[in-house]
Amino acid sequence: MCGIVGLFLKDAGLQPELGALTRTMLGALCDRGPDSAGFAVYGAEIPGHVKLTLRARKDFDWDLPLRPLADICNALPRATMRDTHAVIAVPADKEAAIRGEIARADGVEIVGSGRRMEVFKEVGRPDRVAERFGLAAMAGTHAIGHTRMATESAVTTNGAHPFTTGPDQCLVHNGSLSNHNAVRRDLIRNGLAFQTENDTEVAAGYMTWRMREGASLEQALNAMLVELDGFFTFVVGTESGFGVLRDPIACKPAVMAETEQWVAFGTEYRALVDLPGVENAEVWEPEPARVYRWERH
Amino acid sequence: MPTIDLAKTTLRELNAALHRLAPDGGEVWRVLNPRGQHAVAAGIDAPVTVEVDGHVGYYCAGMNKQATVVVNGNAGPGVAENMMSGEVRVRGDASQAAGATGCGGLLVIDGNASARCGISMKGIDIVVKGSVGHLSAFMAQAGHLVVLGDAGEALGDSLYEAELYVRGEVESLGADCVEKPLGDAHKAVLVRLLNAAGVGNEVDVASFRRYGSARKLYHFHIDNVGHY
Repeated sequence: MCGIVGLFLKDAGLQPELGALTRTMLGALCDRGPDSAGFAVYGAEIPGHVKLTLRARKDFDWDLPLRPLADICNALPRATMRDTHAVIAVPADKEAAIRGEIARADGVEIVGSGRRMEVFKEVGRPDRVAERFGLAAMAGTHAIGHTRMATESAVTTNGAHPFTTGPDQCLVHNGSLSNHNAVRRDLIRNGLAFQTENDTEVAAGYMTWRMREGASLEQALNAMLVELDGFFTFVVGTESGFGVLRDPIACKPAVMAETEQWVAFGTEYRALVDLPGVENAEVWEPEPARVYRWERH
Repeated sequence: MPTIDLAKTTLRELNAALHRLAPDGGEVWRVLNPRGQHAVAAGIDAPVTVEVDGHVGYYCAGMNKQATVVVNGNAGPGVAENMMSGEVRVRGDASQAAGATGCGGLLVIDGNASARCGISMKGIDIVVKGSVGHLSAFMAQAGHLVVLGDAGEALGDSLYEAELYVRGEVESLGADCVEKPLGDAHKAVLVRLLNAAGVGNEVDVASFRRYGSARKLYHFHIDNVGHY
């Protein structure tokens, strides 16, 4: 099971509605993954800044880790608290110092970073998770989301999707990988760090590693077809784009739809039924072992 | 003509009403706003016609007996799964495992069907006007799969006695599936099925190639006795 949604807006006029549309899509797939949910939203860039998504326990006192950052940034960084997560925008040239400071703080960790990506995930019913983070009010160019029915690792916040292992890169997965331990060992040798025993995190790490070595999103996805063994439908997000890949056997369902205004992915058509103009959309099933991608220019 | 709007009526109420129909009824029902829901018009056993306007999710018209179910849209995985008799027509595309395990009746897909079309079919006739995906007719036991377009990898893998007809390219044949001559009896079958699908006048039956089981996988060969 598990459910995936993805929405890439071609019409800038829809950007204020990105979160609301994504929330509806995610809510439609609650029954495919009632364990936990998560999403990444690619919102506005703040020139010269990097966004760090932080995570802590519920009712955490954010003041404690954030106050010392004022000394590094010469002012308190701009922060948006959303339930167990907070997104702070910090000057790009201070990122390393800030990461060091946050690493010293108790009970908080950096779970995502990038010029535009903000990433949120929690245990619980997907519609409630979306509500807790205020997804409906978020704006941006593209978003991907996931509803999880756990099979390969525990139901924890860390085990929820999306997984992000590099700046502005994230990945969601429906399926299970069988060679993830071997691939993880190789990637660790190549300098990647992993937080979980989860198979999907390895796929995200593999994509990050390939792109760090100079591959385009398309090249990275094609390499994943060769190197990753198992069942998968992946939807990935990067700073400028959105990609879809299904394994050659294509056990996991997938539907795509496109209009002049948007391109959308859903594990089932149910996820797409409330998108504006869907009744006139081109609707198709993505082919196995074929890379699909859309990028902003 | 009863019209059921699934934006107002639950799917369960629709299916319960269809299940209550007398086995000799003959109405035409219209279903609106299916919005990708699962099991729309599944389990009917009455000579009713159900027209569904929109895309449906998993298992539409599953286990169908007698009824004619028309989907004016796309169908999700397992459309007409385990159909016993009657007709199911999909005006758009069908997802994976269309007509899976079907024992009888006719499934017509106007568009394409994706992977595993007719998997383990047991007597159903399937006509796909477009193309079918990989592993179609996997372990198919009886019935006919007619494809006007192309077939993906491993067509008819581990095939039993279903008969496969493809007009376009076959990417590859699965284990124990071989091409066989297209005789007059086979052409007569094609004429009957193409007429039933409404394209009898548009398609030349001689343009099809026939595939069937080499019968080497499911029969014991004395040459292999040493392997046991």
